[in-house]
Amino acid sequence: MDLQSLVDAIALGSLYALVAVGVALVFGVLRIVNFAHGELITAGAYALVLTDEYGSGIAILVCVGVVIVLALLLDRALRPLRGHGPATILVATFAVSFLLQSIALLAFGGQGNNVSVLPGLNGAAHLGDVDIRWVSIVSIVLTLLLLAGTGIVLNRTSVGLQMRAAATDFRAARILGIRTNLVIALAFVIGAVMAACVSVLLAVQAPFVYPTFGANILIPALIGVVVGGIDRLRTATLGAFTIGFATSVLGELLNSSHRVYLDSYVFLLVIVVLLVRPEGLFSPFRAGTVERV
Amino acid sequence: MRRVDAALPFLGPAALLVAVGVIGSQTSLSLQVDFAQALVYAAIVIALYVFVGNSGVISFGHISFVALGAFITGVLTVPKESKEFVLPGLFPVLQDHTISNWQALALGAGVGGLYALVVGIPLMRLSGLAAGIATFAVLGITHNVFSNWERIGPGVQTLSLVPSTTSMTQATIGTLLVALVAYAYQRTRSGRLLRASREDPLAAQASGMHIYSHRLVAFTISGALAGFAGALLVHLYGSLTVGQVYLELTFLTLAMLVIGGASSLLGATVGALFVSLLDSLLNRAENGTGVLGLDFDLPHGSRLVILGALMTLVLLLRPGGITGGHELSLARFRLARRGRLLTRSRT
Repeated sequence: MDLQSLVDAIALGSLYALVAVGVALVFGVLRIVNFAHGELITAGAYALVLTDEYGSGIAILVCVGVVIVLALLLDRALRPLRGHGPATILVATFAVSFLLQSIALLAFGGQGNNVSVLPGLNGAAHLGDVDIRWVSIVSIVLTLLLLAGTGIVLNRTSVGLQMRAAATDFRAARILGIRTNLVIALAFVIGAVMAACVSVLLAVQAPFVYPTFGANILIPALIGVVVGGIDRLRTATLGAFTIGFATSVLGELLNSSHRVYLDSYVFLLVIVVLLVRPEGLFSPFRAGTVERV
Repeated sequence: MRRVDAALPFLGPAALLVAVGVIGSQTSLSLQVDFAQALVYAAIVIALYVFVGNSGVISFGHISFVALGAFITGVLTVPKESKEFVLPGLFPVLQDHTISNWQALALGAGVGGLYALVVGIPLMRLSGLAAGIATFAVLGITHNVFSNWERIGPGVQTLSLVPSTTSMTQATIGTLLVALVAYAYQRTRSGRLLRASREDPLAAQASGMHIYSHRLVAFTISGALAGFAGALLVHLYGSLTVGQVYLELTFLTLAMLVIGGASSLLGATVGALFVSLLDSLLNRAENGTGVLGLDFDLPHGSRLVILGALMTLVLLLRPGGITGGHELSLARFRLARRGRLLTRSRT
């Protein structure tokens, strides 16, 4: 295990953490696990494909715009489901995700589209005698900046305070006059900004966009969110980071005959953690709200 | 009258299954596969319903039991003389034995139930999202192992040369059997207790119910039915890849269950038959083959979009599913009529 793979592991964890913020914020205010969050990433990536010829700057701007608009539409579409059972909501957001995926398949085909956004980032930075890809460094720095930004919005602004109030007790917050629709929309928008960043960073690393582009990163990130503790933004983000980091490190440590079973080892770890701490690996002890029979 | 009412939750779904079987057997051979597939999907969804519907806990792991039932029985029914060539890496016990159709179905149920029991013993303590993710992890492990371990299956290759013994009759009778077990279970003490815990876990526990053990019972039965359905599935297709029994089938069957109405046997049956027949219909329309005398042509790829849009619409407009999660019941019908009369007389 060298420094290079360590940085790559941290970078992968960072991407998962960015995905996790979007999922956890929406879960915080709405109690909805949004499966369609992955399609925001896919949509962003396709926006990059379509605007490839106008240069990376414009492409990234369009990407952020498209993702935010889609997130707001998603917020509107999921409104009738508020207050229904978790199974219904889960399957409904999955259905939306399936619908968006099949629209992408119909519009762009299953072969995949090439994209060349910020190709310079794939080069390596030479630090002494180790080479580290720029995109890994950018991922880590950007994630730290975005997380700090989210922290400032949540803790230092009025609307952030309102969002935390809504996440703690939605009904009470509403009774006290908090404009919950605004707060929910904000949660979707913050998540969308993160999703757009993930689209760009992923598209730099793997410049090939296909209909399940976003779903492929959403699923492990979502697992990480639940393992870490979906109730709190911090634990959810940490959980997703840990999954990304652990997968990457474990992949390095296993010898080649065991590497094909990497998924099994990771899932086994997930099961063990869930059995020991179903309320979340990073949740404070005595949180005591989780049902266990 | 009361006895009829008690049997209706089975008779309703059974009538639907038989109807699909009978209509299917009257159609052309190429159409029959679609109908038989709808029935086998119904078997999988009903198996899923036995756990998810009764306990209210979501499981993403049931397709593991389908996969295990399908691959183990599929490998064992491949004729012995061709097995050495197509599946050279198998364990001797799988390599040297060939079993009959009936044995395969029984074995499917056995391995499915056993696997579910082993997995359920630790996992049934979990509820909610933790249970969902943990069962998903089981699916991930099953998929990963089947994709790579060539001693128990074909690995990433296609398992082929499986005899196609799931005829229309076998699909119908098999699925009826699954529905009958599901109906019988939900009428037992364990089934009723579990449904009570679904509505209010705290109240059920306070009344002295041990949720864990009843969830485990339901999970095991449900796993056995899923393994049985897996055996039906592999002998319907005659070949199978690991990809066919993974994420897509998991989400598709869960969607079928919720679209029909997750808390009733009728809902599971209606959802599975409705979605899979619609899917076949769209598939044919996409390929430009006429259906039932109707000749229409859809652009390629629109099948999934229509299916997705429909699924979304049903869930947004009717979150309880098509049946609203109710069983077929004369009493409900009478109540509804009386309710209408009452409102009418009041106005």
